[in-house]
Amino acid sequence: MNRRALRKLKNAAFLFLSLIATMTGLACLGAILWTLLSHGLAGMSLHLFTQMTPPPGGQGGLLNALYGSGVMTLLGILIGSPIGVLAGTYLAEYGRNSRLSTVIRFINDVLLSAPSIIIGLFVYEIVVVRMGHFSAIAGALALAILAIPVTLRTTEDMLNLVPVGMKDSSAALGAYPWRTTLSVLYPAARSGIVTGLLLAIARISGETAPLLFTALNNQFWSTQLNAPMANLPVVIFQFALSPYKDWQDLAWAGALIITVTILILSISARVILSLLQAERGSGR
Amino acid sequence: MKMPNRLVVLAAAAALSYAAIAAATDISGAGATFPYPIYAKWADAYKKLTGIGLNYQSIGSGGGIKQIKAKTVTFGASDMPLKPDDLQAAGLLQFPMIIGGVVPVVNVKGVQPGQMHLDGATVASIYMGDITQWDDPQIKRLNPKLALPSTAIAPVYRSDGSGTNFLFSDYLSKVSPKFKSSIGANTSVQWPTGIGAKGNEGVANMTTQTDGAIGYVEYAYAKQNKMAYTLLTNKAGAAVAPSAESFQAAAANADWAHADGYYLILTDQAGAKSWPITGASFILVYKHPDDPAAVKEALKFFAWAYKDGASMAAELDYVPLPPALIAQVKKTWASEITVNGQPVWSGK
Amino acid sequence: MAIIDPRHAAKQLIYERIFRAATLGAAILVLLILGGVAISLVRGAWPAISHFGFSFVTREIWNPVTDEFGALAPIYGTVVTSVIAMLLAVPAGFGIALFLTELCPPMLKRPIGVAVELLAAVPSIIFGIWGLFVLAPVLQRHTQPWLIGHLGHISFVGSLFKGPPFGIGILTAGVVLAIMVLPFIAATMRDVFDTVPAMLKESGYGLGATTWEVMWNVVVPHSRVGIVGGMMLGLGRALGETMAVTFVIGNAHRISSSLLAPGTTISSAIANEFTEAVGDLYTSSLIALGLLLFLITFTVIAAAQAMLRRLEQRGGFAV
Repeated sequence: MNRRALRKLKNAAFLFLSLIATMTGLACLGAILWTLLSHGLAGMSLHLFTQMTPPPGGQGGLLNALYGSGVMTLLGILIGSPIGVLAGTYLAEYGRNSRLSTVIRFINDVLLSAPSIIIGLFVYEIVVVRMGHFSAIAGALALAILAIPVTLRTTEDMLNLVPVGMKDSSAALGAYPWRTTLSVLYPAARSGIVTGLLLAIARISGETAPLLFTALNNQFWSTQLNAPMANLPVVIFQFALSPYKDWQDLAWAGALIITVTILILSISARVILSLLQAERGSGR
Repeated sequence: MKMPNRLVVLAAAAALSYAAIAAATDISGAGATFPYPIYAKWADAYKKLTGIGLNYQSIGSGGGIKQIKAKTVTFGASDMPLKPDDLQAAGLLQFPMIIGGVVPVVNVKGVQPGQMHLDGATVASIYMGDITQWDDPQIKRLNPKLALPSTAIAPVYRSDGSGTNFLFSDYLSKVSPKFKSSIGANTSVQWPTGIGAKGNEGVANMTTQTDGAIGYVEYAYAKQNKMAYTLLTNKAGAAVAPSAESFQAAAANADWAHADGYYLILTDQAGAKSWPITGASFILVYKHPDDPAAVKEALKFFAWAYKDGASMAAELDYVPLPPALIAQVKKTWASEITVNGQPVWSGK
Repeated sequence: MAIIDPRHAAKQLIYERIFRAATLGAAILVLLILGGVAISLVRGAWPAISHFGFSFVTREIWNPVTDEFGALAPIYGTVVTSVIAMLLAVPAGFGIALFLTELCPPMLKRPIGVAVELLAAVPSIIFGIWGLFVLAPVLQRHTQPWLIGHLGHISFVGSLFKGPPFGIGILTAGVVLAIMVLPFIAATMRDVFDTVPAMLKESGYGLGATTWEVMWNVVVPHSRVGIVGGMMLGLGRALGETMAVTFVIGNAHRISSSLLAPGTTISSAIANEFTEAVGDLYTSSLIALGLLLFLITFTVIAAAQAMLRRLEQRGGFAV
């Protein structure tokens, strides 16, 4: 009986510890969100969306940074996601289990987890140094490279989920794979691919390191793709490490904006995915 | 494509084409964080006046020197003046823009701005790691009336290439032979102990965040953020507080006329009222620039700042250059900055 | 009725070739990107590597003025902060996965799982500023003095906790990293535990084992490969993390035996110093650091992916 009691005790102890672990994890998330909300909301005002980043000790907003982040994220997605979708299509439809495909899948997964600062260094070497100056386009390219692995992975997975029957019917009607893909597979996997886009946007809109030496930053409003452009993460980096209260408030407000945007994107992606899975039911 | 998709594509195309169209040309510069508060203030006022912006990246003197040498900006800014040989080799022209002072700041419970008194040797010992607690006898001796806790000292230094760092380490090298031989003076040195932070901003922030910290920042940072700056004992033996007057006193004896390439270091100057860590912040431009129009715009901005920016500088306790020096600098612009023999600067 | 017009068929074939080429090109581009990254890193690092040779990796000195660079301090910081992160995050992640798969009431499984994954979506810069403004002061005022007071004088362990409490430093960076990689490890472990066939677990329960015993003796051995793969993926992330660490590491190119001392990591050294590096050797040394990081993370991530793929292929069924 004694031995049994000991085992039960051990069981209770470890299960209790696992509860503690979960609560710690949730507490950390709560603490971070709470800090973001309390500091970020304090810095929130309409100015944020109507004025540019101010000089130290001045009043201002984040308009140029929001615009810059928006433009570079949009460009990054426009450049990166077609490549990711096409490559994912290759792996799902043409390459399948060939040697090349296995290698590409592997490399893609490595790129997915690679440190983003390395990508920043890469784009610095091939774009910034060549051009002779920092630029928004270099920043967008760095973001595009980060977006590719996400969209590739999701596209491949989603295309593989489409019931084989649909592909076969299309082929039976005499359609080439390109026709099948465009007219049957893409529409069927539509929500999945959109999920991939949302996840990619969520991923790249929060990245700071790759922008540090590609797009740099800009105190003023700039729409030139060929010049440094303000962006939210680098502005937060600069402002948070400064001693000026105004700047720190703006940094927190900017951090809140980024986090809320990314959380909305992530949750939307998740909701779409679960709707998709519910739709499919057990059909695989 | 369905209607919504078409609209999205059109909107994206419109946004992108708008983005690609060039806007008004901004002046681009990068470098020292030492003068950044006043440069930013000037830039804001200049933009309101002329619509031309100054895009200044405050990345440290080291960064400014790098960027101007790489020709990625129109002008570089550095608090450590380049030696005449380096200027010659790089084809750069250097001139002073503004004068300010580096002040030690502390974060010790109960110590208010201007209350603590330190001297060069003590500061050097702190940064060498020889003095480790705030209630050390050497500090107590200088501050008999101050209640000092036994908190550990956390020295904060510049982790990036910095002219402020140069001025600070230059001063410490002048007052402490041990510091000179073990650490030396430069934009970046091997500090044996303490925490590194980026830019004047980072040092100010880290000092404010960390209990028991000591750091060194340009005076405007200490003033704007109500930090506890200290008094220092100057060369004449007097305890002096940082202010526009004490910076001016230090700069009063400077012989700019005979300084080749305007290379002049103002630390540890004689004079009863002189602040020991005073320094000028310099601008670097190419003597024969690839883009004369951009340099001309930059020079127009500097000329405006010399004249109309003086009062703004005084508000932040920077010391504007004396008129004789400004005249000398403008003469240098006219004679040295040329493209195909034609001077770029044509104003007064 | 001509269903297939030969001209139409020819055009379709051309489209097919174009489409196939486009997808193949995009796929090859992925390969080229990785290759490009490797090549440009090696090219950029070459001046430093040829100048310093192997001693680059063994020296601590980092002096931009005399152009003497050594990667030992950043490597040490990267490794130690990642080890601390793993020591904290792996047990916690295991606990969370255990909770989610065994203990959690079904109604709460989804929301808690989502909450943990949302932690993964928070950008790293947020962790950085939270670490600097919230965690560091707490550590400086409460935790670190406690550590110094209670553990500082024990013979071997003591040297890990010596020194003034700065609030920031290697330990703080390790803690922030731990919170960052926790969701990845928890999610991977949970997914792996979910693939264990119910029959195996039921057999354990049928023999009278407690939940913990089934977990430890059936589920864990079965998901060994997945667990290690998930851990290594988390490690790969921790090694390469930049923004979260840069704020709280203290930027000191020094190796110190104390965990409370400031240090530097490869990625934060690059992030802090790259735009200001004057001189070819300085820039090249920073890129050489990047190359080292690339090699280290590539190895770890590749090994992790290989393990996780093996698990996927096995389909989670018992061998």
